[in-house]
Amino acid sequence: MRRWFHERISRRGMLSGSAAAAGGALLGAFAGERRAAAQGVPVAHGPEALAGGSHTGHGNMITVGTVDDGRNGFDPAAMLTDWNTGTISRLPDGSRLRTFEIVAQDKEIEIAPGVIFPAWTYNGRVPGPTLRATEGDRLRIVFRNEGSHPHTMHFHGMHAARMDGVPGAGEARPGGEFIYEFDALPFGCHLYHCHAEPLKRHIHKGLYGAFIIDPDPTRHPEHAAAARSRLLGTDENRQWQEFVMVMNGFDTDFDGENEIYAVNTVAHHFLKNPIRIERRRPVRIYIVNILEFDPINSFHLHGNFFDYYDQGTTLAPTLRTVDTVMLCQAQRGILEFTYRAHEAGAYMFHAHQSEFAELGWMGVFDVVEVAS
Amino acid sequence: MNEMLPPRTAAVAREGSSRAVRPRAALLWLALPLFALVLAVIALVANDWLAAFDSGAPPVEKLTFERTVLDDRGIHLGIRAGGSEPMIIAQVQVDEAYWRFTQDPPGPLDRLATAWLHIPYPWVLGEKHAIKLLTRTGVVFEKEIEVAVTTPRAQIGQLGPQALLGAFVGIVPVVIGMMFYPALRGIGRRGLGFVLSVTVGLLAFLLVDTLEDALEMADRSAAAFQGPVMVLLVAAAAFLVLLLVGRQRGAPTGFALATCIALGIGLHNFGEGLAIGAAFAAGAASLGTFLVLGFTLHNITEGIGIVAPVVEERLSLPAFAALALLAGVPAIFGIWLGSLSYAPHWSAVALAVGAGAILQVIVEVSAYLARRTGGSGSAWLAPGTVAGVICGIGVMYATALLVKV
Repeated sequence: MRRWFHERISRRGMLSGSAAAAGGALLGAFAGERRAAAQGVPVAHGPEALAGGSHTGHGNMITVGTVDDGRNGFDPAAMLTDWNTGTISRLPDGSRLRTFEIVAQDKEIEIAPGVIFPAWTYNGRVPGPTLRATEGDRLRIVFRNEGSHPHTMHFHGMHAARMDGVPGAGEARPGGEFIYEFDALPFGCHLYHCHAEPLKRHIHKGLYGAFIIDPDPTRHPEHAAAARSRLLGTDENRQWQEFVMVMNGFDTDFDGENEIYAVNTVAHHFLKNPIRIERRRPVRIYIVNILEFDPINSFHLHGNFFDYYDQGTTLAPTLRTVDTVMLCQAQRGILEFTYRAHEAGAYMFHAHQSEFAELGWMGVFDVVEVAS
Repeated sequence: MNEMLPPRTAAVAREGSSRAVRPRAALLWLALPLFALVLAVIALVANDWLAAFDSGAPPVEKLTFERTVLDDRGIHLGIRAGGSEPMIIAQVQVDEAYWRFTQDPPGPLDRLATAWLHIPYPWVLGEKHAIKLLTRTGVVFEKEIEVAVTTPRAQIGQLGPQALLGAFVGIVPVVIGMMFYPALRGIGRRGLGFVLSVTVGLLAFLLVDTLEDALEMADRSAAAFQGPVMVLLVAAAAFLVLLLVGRQRGAPTGFALATCIALGIGLHNFGEGLAIGAAFAAGAASLGTFLVLGFTLHNITEGIGIVAPVVEERLSLPAFAALALLAGVPAIFGIWLGSLSYAPHWSAVALAVGAGAILQVIVEVSAYLARRTGGSGSAWLAPGTVAGVICGIGVMYATALLVKV
């Protein structure tokens, strides 16, 4: 008999049911009671009743608790500005050689408060270290695999087929090593990731990172000022507040759908720990999308517009005055904006797939006034 | 040394020598297996033998949603853990958004431990909501609220209409069925045999229906309760106990047998009431008039079944009323309890008891039928009896078809 009722428990049943009940003279009293109850409910659970939470600019829609950065061994906020520039030496011809050392390791990381993910990492962190070089440098990446599966480092950049970091060309077996060598070209905002098979799993388990090549101003006389502002370490560059954001996600139950979305791994981290921005200084964000399983990701800025350099390979914006960009997997770019003309306050940024935002990919810029 | 012993002990010692065990020795022998068990436990715990089987796989996690309550403060879920190790509910998603929640009591959930999750979610009347619980290991447990409505609370205002509904489903049809009593008195011996076999058929239908409901409820309860086994054991126990009680003054006939049938049907109606109440709680309050009328029609046969054994007796009006109430009132209690969002294993138990009761009644009515037709087993194979049983099942099935939308 139970089944008859279950047949009725459907949205359609719910909507059509009141008419049927209303028609029943026999059970008129009962139906009347039911209708009255139905009308009463929306009033009863209005917004006043549910207004909760006093966190900066958001209510109850957030993960509960805090992630132990110490246990993880990395802090999503520190990652924003943690540039790994390698070890610099000179080659016999006088050109610059940058050497990076990367180790692949299996490691459990906390990706949302209390949620532990069995990740594969570069240097024990997800995303891996942000490798930053200057256009034309010779790069040598010493890659050691301490993980339990074969891994590679596949760079989005210009290199020989031998250095591609795919099965058969630059793969390191567990316990093995491979040294990648190529020139840092072209300048821009790039990425690297593991290209071992199966590709999907090696990416979503955490093997990826940002790879930034700053333009060499001497090679771009027509845009020398712009190039200098991008080149790490110059006075012009020091004026900027630069951050790297790797948009990622985690499929915690391995069903091919992400449970967690974030920038720099930890869900809601920048909602709970807003990114401090000095109002008068310009902001540059190196954004990389490596989200697996979902076809696209996006970045949306509140109360402001930005110039966008798709892949960062140009010194003039590829998009001007936009507040949202859409990126497919491995697409990346550079955002430049300023809050100079704004009042201080909390300005949100998030994916404009509401689902991603509500599952962790949401943050806040805390724009502050600094006495100069 | 024997002379030193007090006489009683000496006597016991002599008994012991003649193969009987002395009480103290008996206690010792009882201690031996317990001691061996303790040793086995120590051996298992102290040594790490089981580590050899540890493949590094995460612990098994199981979770059952037992109760769902929606009110003006949000969504409340009663959950029961069933992991191989204590489980931790790390995060809660509602409709693909992380949401604040509190757990009461907080902390890791041991095997079979229960807790309430309180989620201040602004649910939308009449719409669907999906809740996902993420555990520490990233396992996801999903609960779908098919139609969101405020969960009825035990309010005086609700009890009245629910009782009215219970009366229409339980009491009214039984009373209408009983009204066939005067008509039945004139149908003669063979006619009555036919009606009794119809009763057996309808009870058979109810048995299958109740067992199916019980197993479905068992399926929704925590795995550790071993749902199907529990249902069958409870049904068997109820059957045996009722058979025993019912036969204390010999095989029931007449009013006693009618009471048995009324009780069995009452327990079935209690289960039916639970289902209706649960449908309220789950938002299927859209009980159309047609559906309730269908139920009434479907259950009229029950009234005929109850009065069949007393056709040859003279029964007072209060006795009729008592039978009707015994069979019908449990439906009201079922609706009241069912609408309060109870844990599914309790309704599985209630339905299993009902199934056992119905089986007992089938046995007793069959025995009565056999005795009436001369006590030979062949009476069972009489064309009239078989036709009656099939007719009973057929009528129940057909009236069920009417209701099935």
